[in-house]
Amino acid sequence: MNLPKLSVRHLLGIRELSRDDILSILHVAKHMRESYLESGNKGETLQGKTIVNLFVEDSTRTRNSFHLAATRLGASVLNVTGEGSSLSKGETLLDTVRTIEAMDVDAIVLRHPAACAPHFLADRCASAFLNAGDGRHEHPTQALLDAFTLYERWYDATDPEKSGFEGKRVTIVGDIAHGRVAGSNIHILRKLGAEVMVCGPPTLIPRGIEELGVGVTYNIDEAIRSSDALTMLRMQLERQKQALVPSLAEYSRLYGVTHHRLAQANDRGLIIMHPGPVNRGVELDSETADSEESVKLRQVANGVVVRMAVLAMLLQSDI
Amino acid sequence: MTSILLQNIRLLNPEQKLDRRADVLIVGGKIAGIGENLDAPEGVDTRDGSSWVAAPGFYDMHIHLREPGATHKETIETGCASAANGGFTGLACMPNTSPAIDSAEVVHSILWKSQNLPVDVNVVGATTVGRKGETLAPMGELYEAGVRMFSDDGDCVRSPEMMRRAFEYASQFEEAVLSQHCEEHTMTVGFAMNEGAVATRLGMPGYPDIAEELIIERDIRLAEFCGDRPYHVSHMSTAGGVESVRSAKARGKTNITCEVTPHHFLLTDEAIEKYWSNAKMNPPLRTEEHRHALLDGFRDGTIDAIATDHAPHALSEKEIEFPNAPNGIIGLETSLGLSYTYLVDAGVVSLERLIELMAINPRKILSLPIPFIEEGADTNLTIFAPEETWRVDTTKFLTKSRNTPFNGWELKGKPIGVVNRGDVVWSGL
Repeated sequence: MNLPKLSVRHLLGIRELSRDDILSILHVAKHMRESYLESGNKGETLQGKTIVNLFVEDSTRTRNSFHLAATRLGASVLNVTGEGSSLSKGETLLDTVRTIEAMDVDAIVLRHPAACAPHFLADRCASAFLNAGDGRHEHPTQALLDAFTLYERWYDATDPEKSGFEGKRVTIVGDIAHGRVAGSNIHILRKLGAEVMVCGPPTLIPRGIEELGVGVTYNIDEAIRSSDALTMLRMQLERQKQALVPSLAEYSRLYGVTHHRLAQANDRGLIIMHPGPVNRGVELDSETADSEESVKLRQVANGVVVRMAVLAMLLQSDI
Repeated sequence: MTSILLQNIRLLNPEQKLDRRADVLIVGGKIAGIGENLDAPEGVDTRDGSSWVAAPGFYDMHIHLREPGATHKETIETGCASAANGGFTGLACMPNTSPAIDSAEVVHSILWKSQNLPVDVNVVGATTVGRKGETLAPMGELYEAGVRMFSDDGDCVRSPEMMRRAFEYASQFEEAVLSQHCEEHTMTVGFAMNEGAVATRLGMPGYPDIAEELIIERDIRLAEFCGDRPYHVSHMSTAGGVESVRSAKARGKTNITCEVTPHHFLLTDEAIEKYWSNAKMNPPLRTEEHRHALLDGFRDGTIDAIATDHAPHALSEKEIEFPNAPNGIIGLETSLGLSYTYLVDAGVVSLERLIELMAINPRKILSLPIPFIEEGADTNLTIFAPEETWRVDTTKFLTKSRNTPFNGWELKGKPIGVVNRGDVVWSGL
């Protein structure tokens, strides 16, 4: 297929993408899913390209997904981690990246604990940068794969002017303050026309969130009743130590999605998403995690095709 | 010593109710004559001052000289050269050096190194040993060495009990004043910027305004509790802080004072996406609401002084990912222009008030003599051109560092030079 061009040369965040960019990526991802994942073809779109996975913060799941996406399109991949690189010898991030660039690479996929680290590099380096998570800021490919999973259900090809998200309500549940998923997902859902709610303990809802155009609720039952999709965020044990929640048990009692709660659920065909890894018994009980409403494995598969789409579009537009 | 004749210059010193245009002859570090059409003696450097103002030398009461311990960022010599270039004849340097300024030896070494420089250096001593908040610093020893202000700047004295004892202990030294970097540290762990909508959008850990406001209010109450002790708020950035100081002054507590930096009255957290680590400092840039509260504080006289919190860092230290970059920006060479442009030219304060904010009040808070412009007086003058526009160009700076968001800004009010004791330094900005 003829790849549409993006308005950006990096994928730093969803905030920088237009609605048309997002729809183009979702459209290409659909093509990738049909022609590679489902047919088992091997692609050659990125033959001869070199992509570096620079993971200063560890994330096996995201790194593997990027790795598979790149190799399925014929690119070669270099994996660099914080531990084994010069970063552990005190080299600055900028020097590390310039050193990697000097070896003639085409794109750098960066996971870094500091917010806006890829934005800092993109202003100073020549490569195309793909943000694979920067601190608690953005994680755009996660947001794209979540959106693609919903797009597969909601997009109506007979009405191509619409994204399919219009009139839908998506609620993001959990630790909004420390999660980059929430940061990117809010932007993408709003740009696609969905109504967005966040739900979680007040200590985990950051100040100024309303200015991103979202509503806030502290009632999970209301969230279940009124939403078309839930994005469940992973609840981390360290929030308990920071006195942000009394205990995981208390969190689960107030915000956990269980099959009991779903029994009084809505008739909207609720979709339950989770970026993984799931804390079973905390944000989701096992029955719910494995229920037909839960699409977490579909999300994992879609992660690869969305990343294929983005890599192909960014590197093709370089030619 | 250079002798100079400044012809037809506007002499302005609100402290002596002076505002006249005249010639000023300076010989041997003293004002030899003020009058109309003075004759220039042989060998005197004569300058047309008709577009200039001469005021008592400007004084920056909050700067970091980085010596001892971090001389790759700044030294006493480069810091003072930068100050003179920016139109200052005096400064107070903060104690977060390595070692910290908590002994007479460190004070003496700084004073010794600065004694022949054209800028007067006063040393701020630590409130507690090593600025750790655990035991009181030897205030008597420091006071004897010349220290008048005490602060653990860079850190806040966390314990209210420790701060109470510091107020009480300092009360035996007549001219001692406690100052504070007001930050409730338990609320600011790991912060990168002001907490709020912009931090949420950028995914940055935040420093809430209340964490500054709580300490300002706490300390003012403690100062009153300890017998109305003098207290000075460093680099105040919040509306709540302005309100606390305003209300203390309204209760008649005129020895509760505060300073504000140009970057806090000019920029907000929205500037971070433009200037990145050159807009990262502690306290962080706040919101428009706080900025307007600071301007109101200037308008009604709540704010006593402008100080820069001049905080040099090497490019290699600043040129990294934002959350990991060190806090602070330089300020000595932009303070006069920024303050003139955005306070005086913008109609927030009068030129006379600016001179109080930048020359007179800082010295009063530190119990230093106020320079007078009169025959026979020692010269301590800042000369600037209020109507001259100029472009900030960091290549003309004399500080060792370049970490400023203001490079390239067009400003009104240009430093021309300083005369201090026998030294005349013309600004190269």
